Formats: sequence, structure tokens, C-alpha cells
Amino acid sequence: MVEIRFHGRGGQGAVKGSDILAVAAFHEGKEVQAFPFFGVERRGAPVTAFTRISNEEIRIHCYIYDPDVLVILDPTLICAVPLSDGLKENGKIIINSMKEPSEFSFPDAKNPHVYTADCSSIAMKFGLGTQESPIINTTILGAVAKATGLVKIESVVKAIRERIPTRTEPNAQAAIEAFEQLHV
Amino acid sequence: MKKVLTGNFAAAYGATAAKVNVISAYPITPQTTIVEILSEIVADGELNAEFVKVESEHSALACCIGAQATGARTFTATSSQGLALMHELIHWAARARLPIIMVNVNRAMAPGWSIWADATDSISQRDTGWIQMYCENNQEVFDTVLMSYKISESESVMLPALINLDAFFLSHTSQVVDLYNEARIDQFLSKYDPKIKLDVDDPHAFGALTSPEHYYEFSYKMHEAQINAIRVIKEVGQEFGKIFGRTYDLTESYRCDDAELILVSYGTIAGTAKEAVDQMRNSGIVVGVLKIRYFRPFPTEDVIKALHPAKKVGVIDRAVSYGQSGPFFNEIRSTLYHESTPLYGFIAGLGGRDVSTHDIENMVDIMQNDPAQDLIWIGVKNVD
Repeated sequence: MVEIRFHGRGGQGAVKGSDILAVAAFHEGKEVQAFPFFGVERRGAPVTAFTRISNEEIRIHCYIYDPDVLVILDPTLICAVPLSDGLKENGKIIINSMKEPSEFSFPDAKNPHVYTADCSSIAMKFGLGTQESPIINTTILGAVAKATGLVKIESVVKAIRERIPTRTEPNAQAAIEAFEQLHV
Repeated sequence: MKKVLTGNFAAAYGATAAKVNVISAYPITPQTTIVEILSEIVADGELNAEFVKVESEHSALACCIGAQATGARTFTATSSQGLALMHELIHWAARARLPIIMVNVNRAMAPGWSIWADATDSISQRDTGWIQMYCENNQEVFDTVLMSYKISESESVMLPALINLDAFFLSHTSQVVDLYNEARIDQFLSKYDPKIKLDVDDPHAFGALTSPEHYYEFSYKMHEAQINAIRVIKEVGQEFGKIFGRTYDLTESYRCDDAELILVSYGTIAGTAKEAVDQMRNSGIVVGVLKIRYFRPFPTEDVIKALHPAKKVGVIDRAVSYGQSGPFFNEIRSTLYHESTPLYGFIAGLGGRDVSTHDIENMVDIMQNDPAQDLIWIGVKNVD
């Protein structure tokens, strides 16, 4: 079982992102689970969401304490919340940032593999959200697919088409662009 | 057909698959999406049902009672404060012997204001005469809604049923759910056709003044119907298995046959406990889980049989009977009255506090090392 924890802020779409990743994996024949920690439902508040992907039935129903993958939609959370707490050794961290991976340090994590993608700029290019608050959940899934190899980009696109009823194609194209831009 | 659905969608699709005639419900977090999706399904003409908008949960259940009395199949859903507001009519629906199906998203009672998981809301409806059950996952939600119509509408039962799912841990959690195909569902669940109903061509009055000469027998019959439901739940669970490949019973034993320690729980905690049991078995601790699906009727004989091998039994409750102990613990203790098995009553996860595999390992550790106790608060902090 692979466990993925999303960290974002209200309005960025972390909860929907965790769900779309689960649907993408489902299309590849996996058992999946996705759920939010529902805290204060307002824009800007820290949001956590979880995805589990497995070849077997998923029976566990608690939060994810030792993730294999961290997806960070807002890098300003890195100082605010102990994000990398519990990340497995050699775990992967995907950050929405224009900075280089080497500019981030996670002293709590053992040998983390850090990837960055400028999802905010890509999302803006495709008109997703506003300049002040771009909606980057679908975009960052392209980066997640590339960095982790957990799901094919085709499955992510299929899941976006299933789960995003409005501005569907710009969301799909943004994911593809993030997938293509990310160097692994 | 398989889909990735939240527990709330599974509940709404279950009611749709059962081809209910009347839906009346009032939205409340975290149940709201059940009402939303059903109103869309009805508005889109995918289900030929009346969707009756109301001003409160009390009216929602009153509407279902009236509709069900005319021979309609009905559905409602609520949570926490909404369920509490229905209380008067919850008794009414059962005493009128109307097989209404209600989904309750288990949410804590206020104050403190909370939208998170806690079973106190449904446990508070224990003695109303409703069948009451708890789901572990979204497939079980969908399957149980379907099965419940067949169970409740059985001539020997004719009681309403309350189907419970944990707030967020199921209501807002996406999982893979098999929705089967319509033809097979229709083969399993036929049209509701009660022997007695309100009919303008054959007028009757129901719910009249009942003297001490008769009321007592009404209550006797309700208890008899609950006991009959034990057999019917088993029969329907078997038949469901033959058609859809998933067999259900009032309880589910997981690695209990040789278990020295058995944990008893319900809802999503039972699923997490299964995972913890596999991990503990790998390190040599011989432990199992008994999941209780039905709280009413309480599966006394099955519980005695399942817990028989255990040297010690622990019960995990996501609810408290204040001044006593956990409500499921009380049931297990009275069930095992004739046995000398040491019992541990754990309270965990109140108000949506997470219950992790680590918490469950901690409980087993207490069972291994400490004397038996009726009330053990797991993870309580800052109470001095």
C-alpha cells in the first residue's frame, strides 16, 4: 500500500486532488481510498487530505502518519506545519514552487527525494483560479504522476475528465504540462 | 459497475437502486451530500420518486411515516442534532410498524459544536424499536441500504432500520464501490406491497387510543419482531451473497478462531482494527477482531460463540454511556455474564478523534499487561 498526504490551503483544491489521484489509480485496477481532514472550512486555512493506493482491499480508516509521498500545494506551509513528520525513508516530496529542489531542506526526513514544479504559473497559464489564488490541484497531479510513477498521466487526465465538470480540458492540459516540465 | 464513491454517495445510490417512492430529508453536515445527490437524481428523472422538501428533520420523518403508511417505500437521512430532533417520531415509526430506512451519519452531539464522528447520536435511539446497524466501508453502506429494505419489509419484521456510517471516515471518504447491475438488484428486491396500508377505497384508522388491555401486547410484538429480524438478517445476508458475491451476517469474525485476545468494535474502527491485528499477528500476538454490525437486534448467541476462544476481550466504543461505560461494552458484558472472561472497556475516537493502528496496539498492550477494567479512556489529555 502506498500512502500519500496532501498539504494545501483552503481554496487550492487539495481535497479534490486527493480524490482525483484515487480515481486515476482506480482506472489502473487498484483499490483506493481518499479522504480529507475536515478542519475549518475557509479559504487560506491549512488543509490536509489523504490518498491510499493498494493492490488489496483497504481496511484501515485512520489518518496517514507515515506517508510514502508528500504533496505540498503551498510551500509557505513548510514553516507553519511539521509537514515531513513521519515521512518514510527515501520518501518523495512534491512541492508547488518555482525554486529548485535543493533550496528546500527537511531535517526531519531521512533521505527525502524532493521535486519542484511551478504549478501556480502553469495553472495561471490555463486560467485556473486567480493570480492571487491559483487552483493547482489538477496541475500538481501531473507532477505527482511523473515524480512517483504511481499512475500514468493518461489515467490522471481520465480522472480529471470524470471529476471536474467545468473547465475540464484546461485542467487536463495543465496536468500534462506539469508532467512534461518535471525533470526526474 | 464499479465506481469510486464517498459513503454519502453510496447511501444515495443504495436508495436509488432500491427504487424508493418517497424521499424526505433535511440537510445537515456531514449528511448534506446524500440529500443533494438524491434531489439531483429525482430532478433528472433517473428515479421516479417524490422528493419532499421540509423545514426540519422532525417533518422529514413525519413525511416518511405518512408516505410509508400508504404503502410507499421511503428513505430519509440525517445526522446528530437532526436525529435528536426526530426523536418523538423515531418511536412513532417503529410502533406504527413502518419499515422506513434511514441513514444516519454518526456525528457528535453539541456542545462543543462538532461535525465529527461519534456514535452517541444513534446510541441515544437504542430503545425506540428500530433495527440499528453500523457500516465499516462504503460497499457495506450500499449493500446494507439494499438489504435493509428486504429485511425491514419482511412480514415477520416490519420495523424501520437505522443505518449508521462514521462522519468523514466514511461520509466523505472515496472508496471503490460495486453498484452491480439493475436487473440483478430487481431480482433481489421486489416491490414493496404491505398487507395493511392506508387506502381511500378501504378506509382504516391507525394509531388510535390503546388501552392497558392492548398496549402491552403491541410492545411484546415489537420485541418478537426484533428477534425475528435476527433470522431474517441472516437469510437476506446469505441470499445477497448468492446473487452479488458478498455475504453478510449480524457479526463478522476476523481471525478469531484461535485468538487469545479479541477486540470487539463497530464502524470504521473495526476496519482499522483488522489492519492492526494483521500487524500484531506478524509480531506473534494472537489477536482477532469481532465486528458487530447489528446493535439492535443484538446478536447475543453469535457474540457468545465468537468470543468463546478468547482468554481476554476488549471492546472499543466511539460513544459513552455517561455514568456507566461504553454502550457496546455494556452489551458485551451482559452477553458474557455467564463467562469469566476478563473484559476491557476502551473509549476512543470521541468527537472525531482519530483512532490509529498505534492506538489499537496500545489497547492490546493494556490487555496483555493490566488487570481488566470497565472503562479505559484511550488518549485522554489535559483533564486534571
